[in-house]
Amino acid sequence: MEKEFIITIFSENTVGLLSQITTVFTHRNVNIESFTASESAIEGIYKHTIIVKNDADKVANLVKQIEKKIDVLKVFCYTPNEVVLQELALYKVQRSRNVEDLVRRHNVRILDIHDDYIVLEKTGHKEEIRELYRMLEPYGVYQFVCSGQVAIIKSQRELLSEYLAYVDQRQKMLNEEK
Amino acid sequence: MISGFNIEEATTQKKKDLPRISGAEAVIRSFIEEGVETIFGYPGGAIIPVYDALYDYQDRLNHILVRHEQCALHAAQGYARASGRTGVCIVTSGPGATNTVTGLADAMLDSTPVVLISGQVASNTLGTDAFQEINFLEITQSVTKWNCQVKRAEDVPAAIAKAFYIAASGRPGPVVVDITKDAQNGMLDFDYQPVKFIRSYQPYREIDNDQILEAARLINLAKKPMALIGQGVILGGAENELKEFLEKSGIPAAATLLGLSALPSDHPQYVGMLGMHGNYGPNIKNRDCDLLIAIGMRFDDRVTGDASQFGINAKIIHLEIDPAEVNKLVYADVPIIGDVKQTLPMLTEKISQNDHTAWLNEFRVCYNIEREDIIEPAIARRGAHLRMGEVVDAVAQQFDDAILVTDVGQQQMFASRYFKFKQTRSIITSGGLGTMGFGLPAAIGAKIGAPERDVCLFVGDGGLQMTSQELGTIYQSQVGVKIILMNNGYLGMVRQWQELFYNHRYSFTELTNPDFELLAKANRIPYRCVERHEDLEDAIREMRETEGAFLLEMRVEKEENVFPMVPAGQPVTNIRLE
Repeated sequence: MEKEFIITIFSENTVGLLSQITTVFTHRNVNIESFTASESAIEGIYKHTIIVKNDADKVANLVKQIEKKIDVLKVFCYTPNEVVLQELALYKVQRSRNVEDLVRRHNVRILDIHDDYIVLEKTGHKEEIRELYRMLEPYGVYQFVCSGQVAIIKSQRELLSEYLAYVDQRQKMLNEEK
Repeated sequence: MISGFNIEEATTQKKKDLPRISGAEAVIRSFIEEGVETIFGYPGGAIIPVYDALYDYQDRLNHILVRHEQCALHAAQGYARASGRTGVCIVTSGPGATNTVTGLADAMLDSTPVVLISGQVASNTLGTDAFQEINFLEITQSVTKWNCQVKRAEDVPAAIAKAFYIAASGRPGPVVVDITKDAQNGMLDFDYQPVKFIRSYQPYREIDNDQILEAARLINLAKKPMALIGQGVILGGAENELKEFLEKSGIPAAATLLGLSALPSDHPQYVGMLGMHGNYGPNIKNRDCDLLIAIGMRFDDRVTGDASQFGINAKIIHLEIDPAEVNKLVYADVPIIGDVKQTLPMLTEKISQNDHTAWLNEFRVCYNIEREDIIEPAIARRGAHLRMGEVVDAVAQQFDDAILVTDVGQQQMFASRYFKFKQTRSIITSGGLGTMGFGLPAAIGAKIGAPERDVCLFVGDGGLQMTSQELGTIYQSQVGVKIILMNNGYLGMVRQWQELFYNHRYSFTELTNPDFELLAKANRIPYRCVERHEDLEDAIREMRETEGAFLLEMRVEKEENVFPMVPAGQPVTNIRLE
């Protein structure tokens, strides 16, 4: 059965890494629902968050294939209830009293105000962002963009740090063998 | 904090009294540092600096000039698989590079360690569609284990060190280092540091002892276990560990196509080859097994048929170095991740001495059925024409410890079925990709990788013509390959499928062939043609006694089929004897 999975990938920042990752998806004809990438909390290590809808077995295989890429440090896979997910959206809408009401009620930030339009920013769950879009639509949305989703895990364990500690230990062992 | 592998960081610390050389020379000297002796390659514009540097190192590096870049890769594969060392290739940018893609893909699917150095246009012209520029990293992303581009001379040694480490460690595979022309021409202070650690790549992990114990428990309980030997045993150099495991457990063992020769053909527990054209016993008994122990193999669909039915009544223990292969196609009840060289002895230690004579005898019964129905008729000197089975059998009798190299198709299946193996690394064949044209260049590489051994290539008339230009390489480099050409005037395997599954509609599988004698003569290779059973032995003897290369053309039966056969996608127990 198809379910949503959040795959987080930690990697070195090498040229062509993105295509190394995406080739795993295209090879298996798996569609990417959302993709974000940025430097992680650890300098030099990049974090990619990919959301897919597929069955669990296929995603488990996908994760192993991504982790097999040489420049990928570690891959984790979560279900939506294991993470806090957020995305950010910008709306350029026509000014009107109705829009201003919506802004107040939906906890939306106003980024820019012009005579003809205002630019709104909302962060939240995908559903909230879509819902606001639907509500704004009747008053005229000129432009709409939204980011991919970013995720932070609910567990207290910092899995990447654990992996790095393990790798560090391996390297020390190797050096001692020499 | 751990220092990540960073080529630039590793190479910017300038050291005194190091030799100042060009990036091109650094390529060559890095090879020497890695113990490379042979390179397969083809020059071209964007790689001239490396070839220029090579000019001064001809006494230390043996360069084989192939006739097409695809064949540089296949030759390097043959070399790697015969010798157990990493194969090395050099090609130019653009078409030189794109020509290697089939070879890279073949090496990727068959886990062969190969390092390919490709030339690239100067870094300031990258992305401008310059002459012979191609985005080679992008193209090879899915057919390499790793690739990188080097744009500064000082990064050359570190990139090559990393390439050799990645190619040969863990599950081996092909690696590309794409070097721009200015990086080849630039100067650096040469300091070679072999790579033994990459933080994002941990090919050897701690072995899970609980899984070993659980596997041993299942092995001790099993009534009808079967071991499935894959190429992982050969790649790990675990042939002795395999033997010790089998001899203590008493378990019957079958091999995949690439696992052939890991166990000698005459080992009492060896029950034959798995797969579509494998032996009857290991296929038909699949449903009776209560335990399958897969050792360094990946459940290719040519082995499993319908994977959902494979070992349907069996628990599965999967010893595998690549975690991504576990549960990919067949669910493993007990996965044991690690190099079989390490995991097999751990398992052997925990199992009890056992004997499965009665179970083993069931395979003997199957073998006797197969021998009577298939093997004896196939190898008998009978009928109006020579047949492939008898040719393989006759060659095997005179070359009793040769390396078997095959092309792809019917001769590949006949050869792997009827050739006999005494020692490991004795089969070189394109298993995963099924690359026609692989045979001839791979045989060249094999002979250079194992010069003390005889190399027998079986190749069809279709496959030979895909890479027949390499006969020129054989002549120029004097490579003593024994070529047995199975000429039936057809693309035999496809024709067999057309006969069996497409109502005899032989759509474009018949070949009108050139005169192979003239082809041999044009390349100054001794030649003989055999049409009659009674000439077979004498012709093979002549080939054996002739120094160097030989092309022996066998005019075989036009429409012969390979049996047994598991129809594609069906359970292996549906194996057909006719």
